[in-house]
Amino acid sequence: MARNYPLQRQSEFSWRIDPFGKMRVPGIVYADEQLIGAMDDKVFEQLCNVATLPGIVQAAYAMPDAHWGYGFPIGGVAAFDADEGGVVSAGGVGFDISCGVRALRTGLTADDIESRKTELANALYQQVPVGVGSTGRIHLNDKGMNAMLLGGARWAVEQGYGEPADLDHIEERGCMRGADPEEISAQARRRQQDEMGTLGSGNHYLEVQRVAEIYDPKIATAFGLKENDAVVFIHCGSRGLGHQIGTEFLKYMVLAASSHHIELPDRELACAPIHSELGQAYLGAMRAAINCALANRQIITHLTRQVFADVLPAADLTLLFDVSHNTCKLETHTVAGRKRKLYVHRKGATRAFGPGHPDIPESLRSVGQPVLIGGSMGTESHILAGASSGEALSFNSACHGAGRAMSRHRATKLWRGRSVVDELGARGIVIRSPSMRGIAEEAPGAYKDVRAVVDAAESAGLARKVARVEPLVCIKG
Amino acid sequence: MQAHWEHFSHEADMGVRGVGDSLAQAFEQAALAMTAIIADPARVQPAKPVSIRCECPDRELLLADWLNALVYEMACHNMLFSRFEVTIDNDSLSATAWGEAVDRVRHRPTVEVKGATYTALRVNQRDDGSWLAQCVVDV
Repeated sequence: MARNYPLQRQSEFSWRIDPFGKMRVPGIVYADEQLIGAMDDKVFEQLCNVATLPGIVQAAYAMPDAHWGYGFPIGGVAAFDADEGGVVSAGGVGFDISCGVRALRTGLTADDIESRKTELANALYQQVPVGVGSTGRIHLNDKGMNAMLLGGARWAVEQGYGEPADLDHIEERGCMRGADPEEISAQARRRQQDEMGTLGSGNHYLEVQRVAEIYDPKIATAFGLKENDAVVFIHCGSRGLGHQIGTEFLKYMVLAASSHHIELPDRELACAPIHSELGQAYLGAMRAAINCALANRQIITHLTRQVFADVLPAADLTLLFDVSHNTCKLETHTVAGRKRKLYVHRKGATRAFGPGHPDIPESLRSVGQPVLIGGSMGTESHILAGASSGEALSFNSACHGAGRAMSRHRATKLWRGRSVVDELGARGIVIRSPSMRGIAEEAPGAYKDVRAVVDAAESAGLARKVARVEPLVCIKG
Repeated sequence: MQAHWEHFSHEADMGVRGVGDSLAQAFEQAALAMTAIIADPARVQPAKPVSIRCECPDRELLLADWLNALVYEMACHNMLFSRFEVTIDNDSLSATAWGEAVDRVRHRPTVEVKGATYTALRVNQRDDGSWLAQCVVDV
């Protein structure tokens, strides 16, 4: 692939673009030679654009699964210092605020599930609302909406969806502080009122999987995982509310950029100073949307537990972890020997705190935060653990998935949904989805090799591989 | 010039492009292209009208506003649209979109559109006098 950007190899798994033009810091990409060779030049263009934003600290980073996004590359990480004119960017968080992955242990083995797999798939497909136009069973009025936006998964547990013990295994203990429901527009509320507890569509899914391989037995034991265990992955976000907040603030920030003396290299990088009325309004709204996503995944967990209780009563679904990959969070990081409070944007990147970090639940603190990497439908997903080395490398961030290798358009030219379902069925994977074209667009071949992505993340020192999981059942949006 | 729409590729998502004899027609075609991401517009009955108004000093941002207003209407009323009539007067757009409630069996909807982005966002008159309106939408 032609390269219009001066990439210098720093080490076997990291590449650097020295600042040029208006870049304030370098761009750094973590990838092996093959992954970087396959990356579109747009990734480097977007990374260099991010590096021009005011108050950016250290470098603009791209993870091994980076691909062409909006403004930020997907797989992009950037941290900003509020006291140095730093910005918060609606484009840097994206439309699906707090989209993320939740992993549950089931207390069962794959063999326990095998004979009930189809029944389980049918029941999950029936009970968990999925696809275009699906609505949940919870309909929130304004008061209920405000409580949800302030309380997140904690609100959901108070409403009877799940257990208090779940909260310890969710980022922010299930409730993002600093949320401001006042900043959530009537339109965003309207879009969300019937969408609580819905998966959505596109690349969102619920999978039942088996642990196919353990890479690190010590950490796997701490995570409560053994080979052949059945686990559940839930991948979804803040639904219509998050999409609407992203849409609205993107526009406000573009229109206000010149009054904040911000020159945007790309309108999609729309941002506002953290120390500004608009910046604070966005942070309040975005944090409320994070709570919406946490509540949503908590409700879906409850529905999943109900299905397992019916179909496989011996199951006991406990939360391994819940981690978001589209966020901006205030964190303390050591930069050049000095502790600094920074607003870390992760757009399609997963927080990956290393062992000992105080924000990791106590039971997991000694081994590092679980990092949940969703692969493509029908291939495999991965469970990693944050590494101490990630602090200096990427503000404790790692990849988030396989990353698309081709457009949806091209995928539908190459595959038919029905044949993808049949092919996966022959391999023992049961797929349920309202849309055959959706399945074609999400065909495994449309994604990069997730194993190459996690191998690069581990080799670069961003996180440690713990286990590989393979799908048994996939409920696809 | 035959008004038409098409999709263009984006690595993660889809681009919508409308072309027409007028700015308004290009906006109408871009809206059709967006419906076509979700379902085949030919299967959607233009039965129920919905009025839409937006205002923006920037013509390109106005396109994103227009598409986002449709995303909002589709999401809140669980509808799909297949016919559009747009009038643009300086900064303001007024339109009627005709459609019907989503029928999962008949429409076979593929994917939700989360929002229109400012990526590859372009509105301009081309050398042959026709108008083009395009952007990437997040799905």
